[in-house]
Amino acid sequence: MSHPPMPDADELACLDELIADLPPQADQLLPFLHRVQERLGHVSPAAMRFAAHAFNLSRADVYGVVTFYGDFREAPVGDTVVQLCMAEACQAVGARALAAHAEQRLGVPLGSSTADGTHHLEAVYCLGNCALGPSIRVKDAVHGRVSPSRFDTLLELRAIDRSRS
Amino acid sequence: MSTRVFIPNDTAARSMGADDVAHAIAVYGERMGLDLTIVRNGSRGAAWLEPLVEVETTAGRVGFGNVMPNEVDTLFVHGQVNLAHDRCLGTVESHPWFAAQQRITFRRAGVIDPLSLADYEQHGGLAGVRRALTLSAAEIVADITTSGLRGRGGAAFPAGIKWNTVRQATDTTKYIVCNADEGDSGTFADRLLIEADPYQLLEGMIIAGLAVGAERGYVYLRSEYPWAITVLREAVARAYAAGLLGTHVLGIGPRFDVEVRVGAGAYICGEETALLESLEGKRGVVRAKPPLPAMRGLFGRPTVINNVLTLAAATDVLAAGGARYAALGLDRSTGTMPFQLAGNIRCGGLVELPFGRSLRSVLDEFGGGSLSGRPLRAIQVGGPLGAYLPEHLWETPLAYESFSAVGAMLGHGGIVCFDDTVDMAEQAEFAMAFCAHESCGKCTPCRIGSTRGVEVIQRLRRREESRRQWQLLEELCETMEFGSLCALGGLTPLPVRSVMTHFAGDLLTPVGGTGQ
Ligand SMILES: Cc1cc2nc3c(=O)[nH]c(=O)nc-3n(C[C@H](O)[C@H](O)[C@H](O)COP(=O)(O)O)c2cc1C
Ligand code: SF4
Ligand code: FES
Repeated sequence: MSHPPMPDADELACLDELIADLPPQADQLLPFLHRVQERLGHVSPAAMRFAAHAFNLSRADVYGVVTFYGDFREAPVGDTVVQLCMAEACQAVGARALAAHAEQRLGVPLGSSTADGTHHLEAVYCLGNCALGPSIRVKDAVHGRVSPSRFDTLLELRAIDRSRS
Repeated sequence: MSTRVFIPNDTAARSMGADDVAHAIAVYGERMGLDLTIVRNGSRGAAWLEPLVEVETTAGRVGFGNVMPNEVDTLFVHGQVNLAHDRCLGTVESHPWFAAQQRITFRRAGVIDPLSLADYEQHGGLAGVRRALTLSAAEIVADITTSGLRGRGGAAFPAGIKWNTVRQATDTTKYIVCNADEGDSGTFADRLLIEADPYQLLEGMIIAGLAVGAERGYVYLRSEYPWAITVLREAVARAYAAGLLGTHVLGIGPRFDVEVRVGAGAYICGEETALLESLEGKRGVVRAKPPLPAMRGLFGRPTVINNVLTLAAATDVLAAGGARYAALGLDRSTGTMPFQLAGNIRCGGLVELPFGRSLRSVLDEFGGGSLSGRPLRAIQVGGPLGAYLPEHLWETPLAYESFSAVGAMLGHGGIVCFDDTVDMAEQAEFAMAFCAHESCGKCTPCRIGSTRGVEVIQRLRRREESRRQWQLLEELCETMEFGSLCALGGLTPLPVRSVMTHFAGDLLTPVGGTGQ
């Protein structure tokens, strides 16, 4: 790790706001990182530095936590995150074929973002919808029985949502 | 009088369009001038019928399965429920799929409005904690011990012993931690319970707190369950507002606080010590035992850590008495278990039954055959660390001991079905790959061994040096089994070995030539 930059003024204001009601205890690191990830889309080196200072941890501690957990990203990804469940129950009803379709449709392998930055495709291991697989999650919505054609429909619907907002 | 219409609000129902159905029914009712009250209940667990719409009548709640938004206007004729409809199931409770179950923990799931404390109480909620408040800590623990209740999270450790250890610890500060990480594929009972009947979990945690003298509880809930997080947080807020949680439980008890913490996408954080590390804000690296969490757990204090369903079951143990609960089940597997039918199965969902029924009888009575219509070939029970069972083992009774006797495990009760198109070599490779992906990294056999395992199985799948690779895989499994600190590395060999034992052909049959 080289020296991470200090947060700029805007980021600092945002981080200050996100941490405001959290007690300065080490066990609040994960709740804080969740907020950062949710608001900013990723946990920047500057945010890690901020967290280390706030919770009295070493930067290595924070970096270790950020990289350990699947939810936290060190760099921004595509706007709409599409998670495909690739666990056994979904495998049993075509998750692998769905993943192949999704990769082809978005033109990127699982774990990466499209070149235009609109989508990020990734695998997850179980969304708790195992009797209705294959399951995917887009934002906080889980969709069941996702066939390749339903996948396309869902993508189009999200595209419409985006163009509206 | 207003007619109540129930439309589930759980993840599974919503994943099949329940929100649109609810909206369509509201619009239809308004347009037709019907006096409808829409209740967003939880799910009864019949995932295969979702969205399952129910209309309250004098005869009971009449159900319609798999309702689509464009069909809602056919559910009624002249303002009356349309019993002649194709999708009409009659009264839900008399439908064979429900009537054949024995629901205890899930008896309110899908019946009540999950966030209504009044509903909860009317349907038997709070009876357990009310009784617990009249007992001493030792008496509560004795009741749990009598019930024979064992941990529902997978390891099946007797809850009474764990609670007693924490009760006897002399620390002034103790904790209750609910393990709601539910990482296993094919399991969704914890999620369903939280979304359908969250107060039951809170009640169970309060009872555990009374039993051991803890005043603070944490629920560690996985981030993959956004709706469950929303529901539980709301339930906690309402429980505080109603005085169920806070300074005096139900106005008379000691203090009890509950906080919901969200995981961050790591399977290993379901392991209890990794979970505690994570709650403390660290990486989810497994701790060596001893000390047990019951002696030194969260922040170094004595801690009860139990699965969602263990804590939920404690409410009924206390309400009905331990002996009543112990009367159900098979041998040392007492009480009921929610089995979760998943994967390639037509009638998937949650089926609560006493332990002891055979896997096949549950499939026959509830499963309805494969979803694809093809013959079933393999069934993985107990999550990613569970064995794949071939057909001749489907007679095994669903109970902890009988499953270990055939080299399998019951785990959290997930039953994942695969049809005859499954490539078992691919599943064995996935088991190793999953371990490699999720390993906490503390020990070599798990961290490195699983990656080697993937490579060895890939060579077997390419039919390279089959005999040598087979032997290597056997040795690797043994090393992981005996050299791993926790059950992730230690049990990954279970599914792999089950493929080697029961589906060897998928790893060894010659591909266009002779295997050597
Ligand atoms: C790799 C691994 C993953 C686990 N995942 C879970 C889980 O998701 N939920 C759970 O309740 N227990 C899980 N367990 C079991 C816990 O370690 C522990 O036994 C359990 O929380 C104790 O509660 P119980 O006695 O009520 O089951 C897991 C264990 C291991 C080794
Ligand atoms: S077996 Fe794997 S997950 Fe368990 S402690 Fe060892 S490295 Fe960590
Ligand atoms: S296995 Fe895909 S949702 Fe559980």
